[in-house]
Amino acid sequence: MAGKTLYDKLWDAHVVRQNDDGSCLIYIDRQLVHEVTSPQAFEGLRMAGRKLWRVDANLATPDHNVPTTGQAAGVEGIVDPTSKLQVQTLDSNCDFFGVTEFKMNDPRQGIVHVVGPEQGATLPGMTVVCGDSHTSTHGALGALAHGIGTSEVEHVMATQCLIQKKSKNMLVRVNGHVGPGVDAKDIVLAIIGKIGTAGGTGYAIEFAGEAITDLSIEGRMTVCNMAIEAGARAGMVAVDDKTIDYVKGRPYAPSADQWDAAVANWADLHSDADAVFDTVVELNAADIQPQVTWGTSPEMVVSVDDKVPNPANERDAVKRTGMEKALAYMGLQADTPIREIAIDKVFIGSCTNSRIEDIRAAAAVAKGRKVAANVKLAMVVPGSGLVKQQAEAEGLDKILVEAGFEWREPGCSMCLAMNADRLEPGERCASTSNRNFEGRQGMGGRTHLVGPAMAAAAAIAGHFTDVRHLN
Amino acid sequence: MEKFVTLNGLVAPLDRPNVDTDAIIPKQFLKSIKRSGFGPNLFDEWRYLDRGEPGMDNSNRPLNPDFVLNQARYQGVSVLLGRDNFGCGSSREHAPWALEDFGFRSVIAPSFADIFYNNCFKNGILPIVLSAAIVDQLFKETEASEGYMLNIDLQAQTVTTPNGESFGFEVDAFRKYCLLNGLDDIGLTLQHVDDIKAYEVKRKTATPWLFR
Ligand code: SF4
Repeated sequence: MAGKTLYDKLWDAHVVRQNDDGSCLIYIDRQLVHEVTSPQAFEGLRMAGRKLWRVDANLATPDHNVPTTGQAAGVEGIVDPTSKLQVQTLDSNCDFFGVTEFKMNDPRQGIVHVVGPEQGATLPGMTVVCGDSHTSTHGALGALAHGIGTSEVEHVMATQCLIQKKSKNMLVRVNGHVGPGVDAKDIVLAIIGKIGTAGGTGYAIEFAGEAITDLSIEGRMTVCNMAIEAGARAGMVAVDDKTIDYVKGRPYAPSADQWDAAVANWADLHSDADAVFDTVVELNAADIQPQVTWGTSPEMVVSVDDKVPNPANERDAVKRTGMEKALAYMGLQADTPIREIAIDKVFIGSCTNSRIEDIRAAAAVAKGRKVAANVKLAMVVPGSGLVKQQAEAEGLDKILVEAGFEWREPGCSMCLAMNADRLEPGERCASTSNRNFEGRQGMGGRTHLVGPAMAAAAAIAGHFTDVRHLN
Repeated sequence: MEKFVTLNGLVAPLDRPNVDTDAIIPKQFLKSIKRSGFGPNLFDEWRYLDRGEPGMDNSNRPLNPDFVLNQARYQGVSVLLGRDNFGCGSSREHAPWALEDFGFRSVIAPSFADIFYNNCFKNGILPIVLSAAIVDQLFKETEASEGYMLNIDLQAQTVTTPNGESFGFEVDAFRKYCLLNGLDDIGLTLQHVDDIKAYEVKRKTATPWLFR
């Protein structure tokens, strides 16, 4: 019999029961909760008179709506009344049902996908869900993690289970080592460019190969975060020593008396040598250059040295129309060199790139330089209060502010512009977030996805530029 | 949840791939803490010429005459025809809530993003995957004849065109059962309380650090 993949092992360990049609009841170890996708779930529980099945499996924090200035005022400091009501609703629901919540003025508050791993609340071997598609992030720890809708949030709250069909197995192997100046974001954008935004639909993706194991846990989170952008609900990386080192000592990690048993349990969290994948995709790390998206879907991506593609060269009619619409929306001419595209704003943040390593990468580029005059706003938004504290302890905030960046307080911010941070119509942004959809960062706004060093380099140059050759 | 058994519905074509859930219902409307009332803001940025905000009176807003759902011939639609990777992006269930609130009961496309596909079933909407060639044919027929309706039969798993041509589609038995009967799955899952408890006991012994 063939060996098991990491996904097979995680799946098998969580099957509560199998239904006749092959769907399974899967046990969920951790649910993360935020203010946008939970109110209707809590309301459903109240209406049905149900309680949470296991209160301690849930952890909540507001992130999407929180302003990135003046957080010390807490929820009362939110100016927009609808945003405020949503955060207040989370607070009162968590209080009512007894769920632990890091409220707005708690230093542990932040983007759920940054907070979970940071607290050790998401661990190797767990099933992790959240009413948010970027839950795939937590797979970087060797967990099975995926986003769910609000009905499923309620289902997990009420039953600690989900009804699911097993996905197929895909292995994405990035062989060899990336060159200097190429980061995790470039790797994952290159993967999406290769397999497409629907390439992973119906699959759970395991990322492997030297270029992946070379990455820090933060970098692996960046890669797994965008598995959903490749269509896969879940992305994951096998557990290794880096994973164990990362988890050790975090507040929710196994305590000293359970630590050795946990580490022994995690040792099996990798695909067996003879495991069979339904699909295998390979990339050569040495070929990956810094990436910049040019369109309105993350698969519309090229290397910084390339040009905006020309729809005339696309044979598939549906794709060609899609490209034409994207170029029109983005206000770009075909065949323009990426490096000649000037930008108006820069956003460094989001659950893709707001961890300490990302802030360090941005600060390293910003150090001793100045944001270009044509850039109206360059903002850096740490992923959590603790990331912010750490960055400030390292003096990164000073470097960034000195260079002309704004240093903000934690939250989702301009990743989706539910708070006050947004693009105005026609504005062009170099963004470290994960989605360049129409209107994502504000109606009519134009988003180019890049890594944190490339975003900082674009801020300095005023246009896209290869961070490896920045003067 | 409303049952879905059969539907004979007017079809509207949305001819673009990768229609994402941000486009289906833009983020500013996600601030609502309710499940209903999203229909007027379905496809807000494509449908209106101004910037939509929660609480606006949508009846006074300038409509984009080029957007398909604003055209007279598509008033009263209940079937949406889409292209590849429909519903990609954010997991927001507000997307099917908005579609349902607007009046859609079925979406037909060559492929769907997983989470959206799943969310549809929880809200009485039937997502149907047909091959790209068939979808293309349906696009042509819809555009060619005003008042084009499709007949959808969930029990038989068929989509039938006005001239009687019929196409079969796949659907999981469990999802079909829930949709046909309008069942909410929490109640169904709670029939297996003993299994869940037994699993938990085992897991607590094997991995006690997950229970703290
Ligand atoms: S940072 Fe962006 S992608 Fe991540 S959870 Fe927040 S809104 Fe979603």
